Amino acid sequence: MKIFVPGDSAAKALGADDVADALAREAKARGLDVQLVRNGTRGMVWLEPLVEVDTPEGRIGYGNVTPDQVPDLLDGKLNSLGRVEDIDWFARQTRLTFARCGVIDPLDLDDYAANGGLVGLRRALGMTGSQIVQEVTASGLRGRGGAGFPTGIKWKTVAEAEAPQKYIVCNADEGDSGTFADRMIIEGDPFSLIEGMAIAGLGVGATRGYVYLRSEYPDAIRILMQAVKIARQRGLLGPDVLGSGRAFDMEVRTGAGAYVCGEETSLLNSLEGKRGTVRAKPPLPALQGFLGQPTVVNNVISLATVPVIFEKGAQHYADFGLGRSRGTVTLQIAGNVKRGGLFETAFGMTLGEVVNDIGGGTATGRPVKAVQVGGPLGAYMPVSKFDTPMGYEEFDRQGGLIGHAGLVVFDDTADMLRMARFAMEFCAVESCGKCTPCRIGAVRGVETIDRIAQGDAAAIPLLTDLCETMKDGSLCALGGFTPFPVMSALTHFPDDFATLQEAAE
Amino acid sequence: MHSSAPAPSEEEIRGVVTPLASLEGPLLPMLHALQDTWGFVPQAAVPVLADILNLGRAEVHGVISFYHDFRRNPAGRHILKICRAEACQSMGANALAESTLQKLGIAWHGTTPNGAVTVEPVYCLGMCACAPAVMVDGKVVGRVDDARMDRILAEVGV
Repeated sequence: MKIFVPGDSAAKALGADDVADALAREAKARGLDVQLVRNGTRGMVWLEPLVEVDTPEGRIGYGNVTPDQVPDLLDGKLNSLGRVEDIDWFARQTRLTFARCGVIDPLDLDDYAANGGLVGLRRALGMTGSQIVQEVTASGLRGRGGAGFPTGIKWKTVAEAEAPQKYIVCNADEGDSGTFADRMIIEGDPFSLIEGMAIAGLGVGATRGYVYLRSEYPDAIRILMQAVKIARQRGLLGPDVLGSGRAFDMEVRTGAGAYVCGEETSLLNSLEGKRGTVRAKPPLPALQGFLGQPTVVNNVISLATVPVIFEKGAQHYADFGLGRSRGTVTLQIAGNVKRGGLFETAFGMTLGEVVNDIGGGTATGRPVKAVQVGGPLGAYMPVSKFDTPMGYEEFDRQGGLIGHAGLVVFDDTADMLRMARFAMEFCAVESCGKCTPCRIGAVRGVETIDRIAQGDAAAIPLLTDLCETMKDGSLCALGGFTPFPVMSALTHFPDDFATLQEAAE
Repeated sequence: MHSSAPAPSEEEIRGVVTPLASLEGPLLPMLHALQDTWGFVPQAAVPVLADILNLGRAEVHGVISFYHDFRRNPAGRHILKICRAEACQSMGANALAESTLQKLGIAWHGTTPNGAVTVEPVYCLGMCACAPAVMVDGKVVGRVDDARMDRILAEVGV
């Protein structure tokens, strides 16, 4: 009997380890031959711990399992959710990047290969560098970290640069609140990231790679380090990748709690052992990146999507999507929401469908007030914008951004002035200090919002002006995009900013 | 906890960081190794690192002080990180943090008088779909309410 209990850290945060222990204990007491697999999560965090029992009919799921339900589960007396693949929330997805996540044992390379893994890399090994870059360009893949820059163009720049050493750097500094896709794929299917980095290396002529993984994710660090070790032992990494005679190897590096290191140039500085301050561009990291050498810096999801593009072909991937947003988006539905988790689907679903239909509205049962899309630097979208389709340009036109595709839902008790203040406070705490609009502006922003809170309406135009300055004058997205949450809160929820003065009048 | 252990010697510090000297960009891995060994980055490490990496002491100090992770003093026996990011706020993280700090009678970054626990803010643990979340010594806990927090505090010996 094969039983799956997720080892994903969100599942563990909800008690999966205790359930796994109880299962092992109970099986032993009954003399049952149970093979316990710690898979990744299927992404249905609202059902975690989601235990699956392998049967001739398929994998049968049991949601929100507690340790004291384990005897009933083994007796077949616990109510099941039926086949996991048939659960509506799961069945409605298009799983390309996350096809294996939650299905396989994350550290079993044979399981990985039996489920489509390594097909893409083997195909890439038969291609020239420029054919590889062309394939990525044709897929329409854009950077999933937030900026949405076409991945193929970035790769082409690095491929055409001449240098003794080039690098693939994976940005796994997933600091945006509301996002956990990077963590989930690293914990649930780490070989897909390793394979994607190897393909990137072959494409641009880089033989070394680094994953800069944030320290707040100790489970992901442990799993990825083990996966790299296994990949090296099995010849997927090293001087002779899968017997091709071509080299690619990689290392995992741990961040140190600085949000700004998710910005690619400060990440590179941090990787070099410096303060994580932002570098002015140009020069582009593609030409002068890590240690001054040409470097591909890509987000985890971008790189982990590369294998499926090579496995199924660029056209297959490009056939999904909307406008210039091709392929799938890995929505992370979070915050005050009934059914939260990771939902992978083609670009194009509307914000309202995601929040109400998929997410099921708020967890508290109160009306939705706002949804922050794209992390701490993303706009607060009011319910009146729920018809906005999930697409890079579509969100841009509505004064927002998709970013890393995290959505944080707030109910009507949220105080948007307080959220705007928090955005400025966060920017002040995390600013690298290199440019003045961000370093000083964020501090002045907190003070100005406090004046508004105390009833000084004259501070509102000042805040607007400050936001303009930060937007136009900051070196990177931290100072440049903090105005998004602040101004969207002010614009869409003016009542929260009309404080004491009006009350006194 | 704040006083007892003797300061590590230069030799001990070299023993921890020297094996990492051949890495590309070795300073962060070295600082992590020091903190893993002693629970903080000892002041005595600054000149040693500067010597090994051919950097100024000010540069090394600048790197240590840039990152939230690196502690310059020992922490309590346990470290409780409470997420303050938006997703957790949407599920009541502010109230949870306030009541926890009040219960312990300390402020952010403070340590309880008995040395049991240090409380630090963290901005996102990736538990955004099961908020609010906290991390106790590297172990994450989701959907934390007051009752669950009380159990956590009892476990760390408050």
